[in-house]
Amino acid sequence: MIAFADLLERLVFTPGRNAKIALLRRYFATQPDPDRGLGLAAVTGELSFATAKAGLIRQLAADRTDPELFAWSYDYVGDLAETVALMWPSRATNAAPPRLSEVVGTLDRAPKAALPAIVAGWLDACDPSVRLALLKLITGGLRVGASARLAKIALADMSGGRIAPDDIEEVWHGLAPPYSALFAWIEGQAPRPDPADAPVFRPPMLAHPLDAGDIAGLDPALLRAEWKWDGIRVQLVASAGGRRLYSRGAEDISDAFPEILAAMEFHAVLDGELLVVRDGQVAPFADLQQRLNRKAVTAKMMKDYPVGVRLYDMLFEGADDIRPLAFDARRARLEAWHGRMAPARLDLSELIRFGSIAELAALRDGARAVAIEGLMLKRADAPYVPGRPKGLWWKWKRDPLTIDAVLMYAQRGHGKRSSYYSDYTFGLWRADGELVPVGKAYFGFTDEELAFLDRWIRNHTTQRFGPVREVERGLVLEVAFDAAQLSSRHKSGVALRFPRIARIRTDKPAAEADRLETLMRLVENAQS
Amino acid sequence: MTAPHPETWLKVLPQGLYCEPGGFYIDPVRAVDRAVITHAHSDHARPGHRAVLATAPTLALMQARLGEDGAGAVRQALAWGERIRINDVDLWLQPAGHVLGSAQVAMEWRGSRAVVSGDYKRAPDPTCAGFEPIACDVFVTEATFALPVFRHPPADAEIRRLLASVALFPERTHVVGCYSLGKCQRLIALLRQAGWDAPIWLHGALAAMCRVYEEQGVALGELLPATVAAKGRLVGQIVLAPPSAVADRWARRLAEPVVCMASGWMRVRQRAKQGGVELPLVISDHADWDELNATLDEVGAPEVWVTHGREEALIHAAGQRGIRGRALRLVGYSDEGSEE
Ligand SMILES: [Zn+2]
Ligand SMILES: [Zn+2]
Repeated sequence: MIAFADLLERLVFTPGRNAKIALLRRYFATQPDPDRGLGLAAVTGELSFATAKAGLIRQLAADRTDPELFAWSYDYVGDLAETVALMWPSRATNAAPPRLSEVVGTLDRAPKAALPAIVAGWLDACDPSVRLALLKLITGGLRVGASARLAKIALADMSGGRIAPDDIEEVWHGLAPPYSALFAWIEGQAPRPDPADAPVFRPPMLAHPLDAGDIAGLDPALLRAEWKWDGIRVQLVASAGGRRLYSRGAEDISDAFPEILAAMEFHAVLDGELLVVRDGQVAPFADLQQRLNRKAVTAKMMKDYPVGVRLYDMLFEGADDIRPLAFDARRARLEAWHGRMAPARLDLSELIRFGSIAELAALRDGARAVAIEGLMLKRADAPYVPGRPKGLWWKWKRDPLTIDAVLMYAQRGHGKRSSYYSDYTFGLWRADGELVPVGKAYFGFTDEELAFLDRWIRNHTTQRFGPVREVERGLVLEVAFDAAQLSSRHKSGVALRFPRIARIRTDKPAAEADRLETLMRLVENAQS
Repeated sequence: MTAPHPETWLKVLPQGLYCEPGGFYIDPVRAVDRAVITHAHSDHARPGHRAVLATAPTLALMQARLGEDGAGAVRQALAWGERIRINDVDLWLQPAGHVLGSAQVAMEWRGSRAVVSGDYKRAPDPTCAGFEPIACDVFVTEATFALPVFRHPPADAEIRRLLASVALFPERTHVVGCYSLGKCQRLIALLRQAGWDAPIWLHGALAAMCRVYEEQGVALGELLPATVAAKGRLVGQIVLAPPSAVADRWARRLAEPVVCMASGWMRVRQRAKQGGVELPLVISDHADWDELNATLDEVGAPEVWVTHGREEALIHAAGQRGIRGRALRLVGYSDEGSEE
């Protein structure tokens, strides 16, 4: 538990990706089985216990601490588990801090009634940092500060380059904690674990943005074009071993979309876009957001936000891996399969007919429909290659929309940017003369522009709230974004997709920045 | 005749705590005629008093901080335990263990004894003399960390965490935020104890106090200025800087800095996260909750007066053990422990 607690504590405070990988790698390389495998499960979100809840912690605190001192402390710290971890009055014990495997094994087996005494004994044997990790672990409040993907990169790192992160993805969902077979493979002591029939995730093929310079080299006869839909990219996996719906990042999101799972009456691996579709019309991304990150899916949610998948590609038909085939051959297999199976909730992404690149460019510029981000261009002869191979797939987004907004607040960035004010909240004028925030942007600017903004913010601060500064309403920023959509979750009533700073308009007085109604006219789902 | 209660002769005035029969103030917040100074931190040692009584290191640190004029026109140094009589009052200084020269002020008048601790800690510190408890009728204690959530871990274990991080990220520069008087020199001494022999690089604001420590006989090893020109040499090194500089523009001269902060406040995550700290180090020069309570028991005073900090929790805990507590409302001390 000591090394695990130390890992968690450092990950929570470490902003840098490479530093997180180094911390994870050190943990995996120095901890024994099965502890490190359980640590890996904790990082990837595969460890949870239903037995212990916050009530247990309150009970422990009440048994051991003075109620007034506890109340003052809780008031100061603001987090229950942390308060107890810090103020826990240890009784003398000879017990060593438990190993992670002991904690996990005990929590799996121990009857609920025995837990308070067991946990109290552990707390007595630990220091505050280990106590906090322990309490967060048993109450399910563990927030790791590193993604599952980073853990897999760290594991690949451990193999000395023999195994790529994507190789690990391909076996990952066929494995279970404590992942001993995985570690043996990574350390060269065992062959690659065989996922057999398990519905494992396959790393998806990704596109490069199309630069102006690329266009001249494109041969329209060798290209296939599709709309780029604004939903979430998913992978549907159905095999004898089960059914899964994965996000592009290998996250298992099956539970959030039971109706998709129910429709997967086949054995195949498919690549597509998850969308909210009503009467054949794709709804804006904001609608799909209502279905994401939900613990429980209600019948009402399913009815109000009906989802489907628009299929882009086929990776496996049955057990047949067709990824080495050319796009055209895979597409033919996909179309034939779709015609034959007629699966519910799944339709095909349309192939767009075109004669020239100029014709495509016109189509792209005209693509202002809800939920279309632009075009996807794919080489007809390209196999399905995991990762982001060069020169095979391109995304060609429509030109962004822009508004001239007024800088309102700035916040410090993270990692390399921690000494800069690099997160900007900007607003537009309302008819009554009030400035209302409409979005936040933290990229799009050059290093010189960042230095200018940082200096401007420091010299024009009117108030500070911790890491946030409020500034004079005196600087206009040209903000580019892909779409504006109505949103009840934003104070202004509107949400921007992918906002970024396009230009600093030092030439424009703040009073002449855009009005909120200008933005409202750009909203796509205005009437819905 | 019974001895007079200290509250009849030790009073809270707008200038600070006043010993009436002695005619002097202890750590007054305004310029006064006669001041006794517990230690050289800015909220305790203010400029402009006429006569100042303190330990020799405190006087030296005050002169370095406040200049020849600010540190008192008439300065008198007292050795540990050396008793003097001021008017009718016996007075002597005893180590408080907080920073170099930090003293408790013990006063006795007509058989009644009060001790003012200033700031103190009980954990060992290679740069200053350790706290010595004095039995008394009234003990005046600080309460900076007077909540049971504040329990400082052993400082050497925190230093080991720092060195483990330096080993894990050899291509980066570790910059540790620390206050210029006390914390900085203690960190250096702890690093030396842990075997870190490399030069330690300093922000310009830390150099002056380090010089005084060395003059007072505290060896700190090789210290170099962390100038812009030194950037290449700072890779894999440890740099110390004031807390305000570690995550700000000054730190841009460092190679991929790992921002560390050495402070008792680092115990609480929310506090640590606010400043963009990547490696919080829980190292404090103030007594933690257990030390405060153990000290109250050791000095055995039937009554404690509590200054700058969270008075209510300590008074509550003292009350449960039959010790009478009183919150001393002294203005002007930084209750957030700014020098922490
Ligand atoms: Zn102090
Ligand atoms: Zn103080």
